[in-house]
Amino acid sequence: MQLSIAMDGPVTAQAAEASPLQDAAAGAAVALGSCTRGWRGHVADFDSAAAAASGGGELVRRLLEIGFVEGASVEVMHEGPFGRDPIAVRIDGTATIALRRRDAAAIRVVPEGGRASGRIR
Amino acid sequence: MSSATYVADPRADAAEAGGRCAGLALVGCPNCGKTALFNALTGSRQKVANYAGVTVERKEGMFATPGGRRLRVIDLPGTYSLRARSPDEAVTRDVVLGRRADETAPDALVCVADATNLRLVLRLVLELKQTGRPLVLALNMIDIARRQGAEIDVERLSAELGGIPVVPTVAVRRGGIAALLETIDKLPPLAASAQPRPAQDDGEWREPDAAAIRALHREADRILKVCSFRPGDAGLTARIDRVLLHPVFGTLILLAILFLMFQAVFAWAQPLMDMIKAGFDLLAEGVRTVLPAGMVRDLLTDGIIAGVGSVLVFLPQIVILFFFILLLEDFGYMARAAFLMDKVMGAAGLHGRAFIPLLSSFACAIPGVMATRVIDNRRDRLATIMVAPLMTCSARIPVYTLIISAFVPAQTTFLGGWVGLQGLVMFGLYGAGIVSALLVSAVLKRLVWRSSPPEPFLMELPSYKMPRPRNVLLGLWQRATMFLRRAGTIILSLMIVLWFLSSFPGAPEGATEPAINYSVAGIVGHWLEPALAPIGFNWQIAAALIPGLAAREVMVGALGTIYAVAGAGEDAAASALAPVLTAQWALPTALALLAWYVFAPQCASTLAVIRRETNSWRWPVATFLYMLALAYAAAFVTFHVASAFLPAG
Repeated sequence: MQLSIAMDGPVTAQAAEASPLQDAAAGAAVALGSCTRGWRGHVADFDSAAAAASGGGELVRRLLEIGFVEGASVEVMHEGPFGRDPIAVRIDGTATIALRRRDAAAIRVVPEGGRASGRIR
Repeated sequence: MSSATYVADPRADAAEAGGRCAGLALVGCPNCGKTALFNALTGSRQKVANYAGVTVERKEGMFATPGGRRLRVIDLPGTYSLRARSPDEAVTRDVVLGRRADETAPDALVCVADATNLRLVLRLVLELKQTGRPLVLALNMIDIARRQGAEIDVERLSAELGGIPVVPTVAVRRGGIAALLETIDKLPPLAASAQPRPAQDDGEWREPDAAAIRALHREADRILKVCSFRPGDAGLTARIDRVLLHPVFGTLILLAILFLMFQAVFAWAQPLMDMIKAGFDLLAEGVRTVLPAGMVRDLLTDGIIAGVGSVLVFLPQIVILFFFILLLEDFGYMARAAFLMDKVMGAAGLHGRAFIPLLSSFACAIPGVMATRVIDNRRDRLATIMVAPLMTCSARIPVYTLIISAFVPAQTTFLGGWVGLQGLVMFGLYGAGIVSALLVSAVLKRLVWRSSPPEPFLMELPSYKMPRPRNVLLGLWQRATMFLRRAGTIILSLMIVLWFLSSFPGAPEGATEPAINYSVAGIVGHWLEPALAPIGFNWQIAAALIPGLAAREVMVGALGTIYAVAGAGEDAAASALAPVLTAQWALPTALALLAWYVFAPQCASTLAVIRRETNSWRWPVATFLYMLALAYAAAFVTFHVASAFLPAG
C-alpha cells in the first residue's frame, strides 16, 4: 500500500515563505550532507534540487517530521565506517537521527558562527 | 495466528450494565515506553491478535479505574505523525480517526511521551488534539529525564496544550499509574451515550503538508521553550556512542558481537543439543523395549520420536540466537548495528534497517520476515522479505552438518590445525547465502524496481537503556513456544505422513529391492528422478526433498527413514546415516546437494508467512520460483564442475 503523496510545489518557494532566516543565512549555508564529524550549526532551509533527486517533497516532509525544522540546531555526531556514510546528527541536543549523506544534502545548514547575525532564533 | 475482528468482552458488557464498555487508545512515538505503560495498566489481562488484512499486532487489555469504571485499552503501533506511511502507522491513524470497520473508535486517547525527548511528540499531541477526541498526555520516563537534569513544568505544559491533562509516569516501575487512572476517571463521561460505534470522525485533523508540519513544529518548539529546561549535556548515550559508533572500534565491536553470537549458537548450544538428542534416543529405546515389534512401534520410534527429535534439537540454538537479538534490541544497539551496516546494505539496494531482519533470518526466516515491518517503504520491505530466506537459517544446519561430516574429511586442516576444511566449507555456505542475498536484492532494486524513487534512510538512534530481564525472558518464551508449536504440529504431522508414505504400500512377496522402492515416496522419487538427474540427485534424494518442502530440517529425518528402511534391518537402522551416505553418493552429488540447499525454497512455513506479511500470493510464488531456479542452476553448475575436476568415486 504505497501511499502516493503528490509533491506540493517547489520546495524553496515554501522555505522562503516559512523561513525568515534565509536571506541572512544564504551566504554561509552549506549542505548538511557535506559536513564532517563535529560540525555544529543550524538548519537554514531545504535545497529543492537536492531534495528532488532523493524523494522530493516527501523527503522534505519526512525530514521535517523527524525534527529537521528551520532553526533547529544540528551537530554531526558520528560518521558511518564505510565512506563516512551515513551520518548521525543530534538535533537540538535531544534526538539523534541517522541519515544518508544523499538525503542530508537536501538540508542547508549555517555554521555555529551564523548565530552572530542575531537572525537565527 | 488468526486475524481477529473485535468482539466485545462479555464481562465488560456486564460490568457496564448493558452499556458499551468505553475504550482508550495508547498513542505515541516509537520507543516511548507505550507498551510498558500498557502492561502497567492491564497486567496480564491482555489479548493479542492481528488486525484483519494487515499483520499488525493488535493488543487489547482491560483495566478498572479507582472510580469503578471498567475500560478497554488498545496499544497502537508507534508513530511520529498521523500522516501514516507504513502499514503499522496506517493502523494507528485509522483507529484514532475511527476509520477501521473492525475496531470501535476510541472514546479517549492517551498519548505517551518520552519525557527525555519531548520535541517530536508535542507535534503528535497537537495533531491528536485536532481529532477532537478527549486526550491525556502521559509524560513517561520522567525519572530518566529528571536524572538528566531536565525540568518540565507540568502545569504550564498542560495549560499551553489547551488544558489537556498531563501526568508524569514511570511505566516500567508502575510510577504515576494511580495518578493517570485518576485523571482518566475525571475525563468527560466516556461512552455515556452508549452508541455502538461512533462514526468516522477526523475532527479538524487534515493530513499536514510541509507548511503545516512546520507550523506544528513551531508551536511545539514554542511550548517546549516555555515549559521545559534541558541541560546541554548529551549524556551517557553520547559517551557510549563515541565508542560503539567509532568508524574503526565500532565496526570491530559489531564484528566481535556477531562472532560471539555465532560462537554461542554453534559451540555453546552443542552440549544441550547432545542432551536433547540423547534424551530422544533413550525414549525411542524405551518404546522399543516396551512395545511389541510391529507397525505401531516402528511409527513411534522411526517416525515420530526420531523425526520430532531431529527438529527439537535446534531449540537451544534458536533460544541462544534470540537471547542475543532481544538483549541487543532492548539495550538500543540494533539501531546502531543498522547505522554501521547501512552502507553495505545500501550498496545492495537495501535499507540499513534490513540488517536486523536479515540477522534474525540466520536463526529462522520466519521471525526475519516478520521483523521487516520496521521498514517503512514497501519496496525496501519486499526486497528484504524476498532475500531473507537466502540467509542460512538454523534448519539448514543439520543438512549441511550431515553432508559435510559424510563427505568432507575432518582431518584436513590448515594453519596448524586451527582452521579445518569442514569449518571452511560451512563458512563458505554461509558466505554464499549472504552474497546471493545481497546480489538478488541488488538485481531486484536495479532492474525490477528501477523506476521507483530512492527511499530516504531516516532512523532515530534511541538512548541506551539497561535491558530489562523480564522483557528479554518474555520475548524468549514467545519465540521458543512458537518454535515448539511448529515442531509439535506441522512437523509432527509431516513425520507421520512421511512415515506412511515411505512404508506403504509394502514390498510385494519375494521382492528383491528395498521395501521403500515400492512405497509412495519411492514412486514419487523415481518419478522425479529424470528431472533431477542433470544435477546429480538420485531417487532417494528426490524422495527426501518432498517432505523437506515442509521444513528443510525434515530432509535429514527423511533421508534417515529412506536409508534406514532401504538398509532393511535393525543393524542398518541403528548405524549412523553419514557413513551410509558416504557409501551411497558420489562426491559431486553431495556438493550439488549443498549448493541446492543454499537456495532451496524448501520451507512451507516461510512461504506462508510471506503470504501473510505481503497479503498477496504473488510474493511467496515469486520467492519460491526464483529460489527454485537458483537452486537448480547452482546444483547443476556444482555437479558438473565437480564431476569434471574431481577424481571419480
